[in-house]
Amino acid sequence: MTAPAQTLTDTQTQALLLKLTVLADDEIILAHRDGEWTGHAPILEEDIALANIAQDELGHAGLYLSLAQTLGGSDPDQVAFWRGPDDYRNTRLVELPKGDWAFTMVRQFLYDTAEALWLEAATRSTYAPLAEIAAKAVREEKFHVQHTALWVERLALGTPESERRTQAALTELWPHAAQLFQPVEGEAELTAAGILPDLNAVHARWTDLVTRHLVDKCGLTLPDAPATQPGRDTHTHHLAPLLEEMQSVARQHPDAEVW
Amino acid sequence: MEEHAPSTVNLQPSTIWAALASVPDPEIPVVSITDMGMVRDVTVGDAGRVTVTFTPTFSGCPALHVIKGSIEQAVRDLGVTDVEVRSTLTPPWTTDWIGDDARERLRQYGIAPPAPTGEGQLIQLDAEPTRCPRCGSLNVRMTASFGPTLCKRMYVCDACREPFEGFKSV
Repeated sequence: MTAPAQTLTDTQTQALLLKLTVLADDEIILAHRDGEWTGHAPILEEDIALANIAQDELGHAGLYLSLAQTLGGSDPDQVAFWRGPDDYRNTRLVELPKGDWAFTMVRQFLYDTAEALWLEAATRSTYAPLAEIAAKAVREEKFHVQHTALWVERLALGTPESERRTQAALTELWPHAAQLFQPVEGEAELTAAGILPDLNAVHARWTDLVTRHLVDKCGLTLPDAPATQPGRDTHTHHLAPLLEEMQSVARQHPDAEVW
Repeated sequence: MEEHAPSTVNLQPSTIWAALASVPDPEIPVVSITDMGMVRDVTVGDAGRVTVTFTPTFSGCPALHVIKGSIEQAVRDLGVTDVEVRSTLTPPWTTDWIGDDARERLRQYGIAPPAPTGEGQLIQLDAEPTRCPRCGSLNVRMTASFGPTLCKRMYVCDACREPFEGFKSV
């Protein structure tokens, strides 16, 4: 099993708290976008599949935020339901509106592969509580990757219309995907200590994996990624209305205990 | 309920395990939480405090609160007043912990039991072979990789034409 929980310095704790927030924020926002397909997916089975995936992503967010809470962070419900767009640290990739089915599947594929590879690397973290979370979550993520990889393939190699939409989705989403591999402040020190995976190594593995699938197998074309990315504190105008809807019940009933 | 029972009631862990064996999985009531391998440890402390450690099947399982509450209640029903239910992620839950007897009950209930997990690759596009729980044929098709609960997929048997659910191998 993993090494016993090591003691973190104050600087390491602060950086890890930020990283856990970043990880959870992506999961929460993507889960909300996936949940928007409930009742709207092309077929009932996909309606259910995306609800399942959203549930898993929220489960992972719960794991990250519970660990953050034990490290001195705040209550997970407070973090999810009482922060506004200025405080959320999700990528723009996950906050963009759900688009058509191809857009949703391409986004999910790009995200799932990144998450799965990061989690796999994080199972080797020297910080046992994180390694345990990763070992749990990576088993669930495997099913997401299988599902969305197949959908992207089916759409890309389907009809001219489905191919056109899949390529358009990839062209729009690809520049945003690189943001998943932006380190947080202080991340380098955590990586050096073996607490967090080497993000550059995960990025390289991800690029190789998605290129093989999207280009070699599905015949899609990758656009150029921008040389620089805005930070995770810069959002599109799509995040505020998403949060308003997601947080509306909590904010209307702040004292509710039974949901 | 036996409210008058003393908190120092001297229970053996085996008695508590037996009580937990009658707590059904809230989503699949033909199997219990111990059949599923969710209960990892039971200890009885010096002062009669009972600690039960359980592991969640899926991190986003909506039944987790129900399961935790059911465990606590089952132990209280034995007359224990001091109960602590802890959850652990290590080792992560695997369908390999589901016992043979429970697998047979799942099959009779119409759910194909999970295949052994083995050391699968991260990206494995082919799902594990699955047998129709009704006629036993391997001539089945997966129709959806996500089912009504996080732990199941949907299949159709091409031999007997029945749709059925299959447990994911996790």
